[in-house]
Amino acid sequence: MTSTAHGAPRDVLVEEVARLSFGHATRSYLQTVAAMVGAEWQRVRREPSVLVARVAQPLLWLLVFGAAVSGVRGLGSEGVPYKAFLVPGVLAQSVLFVAIFSGLAIIWERDLGITQRILVTPVARSAIIVGKAASAALRAVVQVCVVLAVVYVTGIPLRWSVPAILGAVATVGLCTILLSAVSMVIASAVRSREQFMGIGQLVTLPLLFASNALYSVSVMPTWLRAVSQVNPLTYEVEILRRLLVGVGPDRLAVDVLVLLGGTVVAVAVASVTFPRRVS
Amino acid sequence: MRSLVVEDVAVRYGEVEAVRGASFSVEAGQVFGLLGPNGAGKTSILRVLTTLVRPAGGKAWILGHDVEAEPAAVRRLIGYVPQALSADGSLTGRENILLFARLYSVPRRDRTARIDQLLELMELGPAADRVVRTYSGGMVRRLEIACSLVHHPRFLLLDEPTVGLDPVASRAVWGHLTSLSKETGLTLLVTTHSMHEADEHCQRLAVMSGGVVRGEGTPGELRASLGTPGGTLEDVFAALTASANKGDLRDINRSRRTARRLG
Repeated sequence: MTSTAHGAPRDVLVEEVARLSFGHATRSYLQTVAAMVGAEWQRVRREPSVLVARVAQPLLWLLVFGAAVSGVRGLGSEGVPYKAFLVPGVLAQSVLFVAIFSGLAIIWERDLGITQRILVTPVARSAIIVGKAASAALRAVVQVCVVLAVVYVTGIPLRWSVPAILGAVATVGLCTILLSAVSMVIASAVRSREQFMGIGQLVTLPLLFASNALYSVSVMPTWLRAVSQVNPLTYEVEILRRLLVGVGPDRLAVDVLVLLGGTVVAVAVASVTFPRRVS
Repeated sequence: MRSLVVEDVAVRYGEVEAVRGASFSVEAGQVFGLLGPNGAGKTSILRVLTTLVRPAGGKAWILGHDVEAEPAAVRRLIGYVPQALSADGSLTGRENILLFARLYSVPRRDRTARIDQLLELMELGPAADRVVRTYSGGMVRRLEIACSLVHHPRFLLLDEPTVGLDPVASRAVWGHLTSLSKETGLTLLVTTHSMHEADEHCQRLAVMSGGVVRGEGTPGELRASLGTPGGTLEDVFAALTASANKGDLRDINRSRRTARRLG
């Protein structure tokens, strides 16, 4: 065995070059995402109380806010009962909170050194971002499935077909990945959890109110309608409403493309910025 | 053969110059201690060597790989245990190691045997399927060492691995580290505040202060450099770091946070 000028055994160098094949890189990428989602599944499985607490909020929106507001005219519920109109909005709202506050975990992990240990492994940064965002999506999907089960029991009229439910779950997963990546960009830019909480609260409610989650875009003033068109929540709710209620603009392909494009951009930006601070 | 070469490395965080041209080298199979007060630049050096931070100047090679130009190759060859307790408390010990086995692409067919081997090596077998939040501080540290070894690294970097541990747990951690080095030829770079630990377990030491290496040698050589009969390593440390600042608040807070988590 011969050595380089700085003491590296040559066989190590040859082995490294061999391991950097495209196939290995792809497998490693997918394995990273699967590893992080697998670990998240164990956490979800062990903390049912957290899931119950998180499901309570969307159900309150639906069963209390929905009941209180269902008699109000002019919300643009497009001829369907307001509670049915509200279900997609409530699903999107619950996902929004899961996704945006997933960045908080990044700051926590950075403070504890967990992020550093993962960054020292030979995995692509974007795989870490996708893995973390997919973990948030797993939580969101489990939460949405529970909420949908309660909606089914309460008899709120939705389209209960298998393709509609699967489509809704996939949409929720995709939008969670997008918003979670945005959350990680914010988390990489701030110093403390307190700063993140402030920005998170500043972001979530405007996103919710500047979307079609609670009322139709048609009842919004012109300026708010313009804002809603750059809000990913609007596209998510449009898909969910089309699939589960059968109302709203018939442009599923456009909505899906917007969410996919937004996800690619958000993951790319998060991969560059994550984490700007390692201490 | 040298496993690590550090040449005139500098690290800057904005206006703050954490390391100002540090140089030292580590022979293969050695247990090398990096000593220094808080704020000396030890952790910054480790961040450069683990590819977390780009040096502002100088070069470093691990097993011949330039840490700045070949970070992916370096990451495959090293294991890293940070100062803060970073095992995932909501997962079991076995799941923590499995996570790293998957991140390091340990082949599926080898994973179970490798994880069992590491659990046995670190004497964590009986606690393997308990969630980590029920572990003692010493057990968590041993688990983190197990995680860092899952991919058969050739070079292990540990940032103050015994900070906050009681003497029995510290001894157990050091016992495992020195056995590892002897039995597998693994090279270890350990930062520590403890003169006693450095004297007892490290074959060679570098003393850092104010961002530079003030002295380097075996514990015996450093003691002899004092020129005072009966001089201890603590005397050497005091003499070499006398002019150093006492460490910044961030370092002290980090140490306290880790100590708090360890109870």
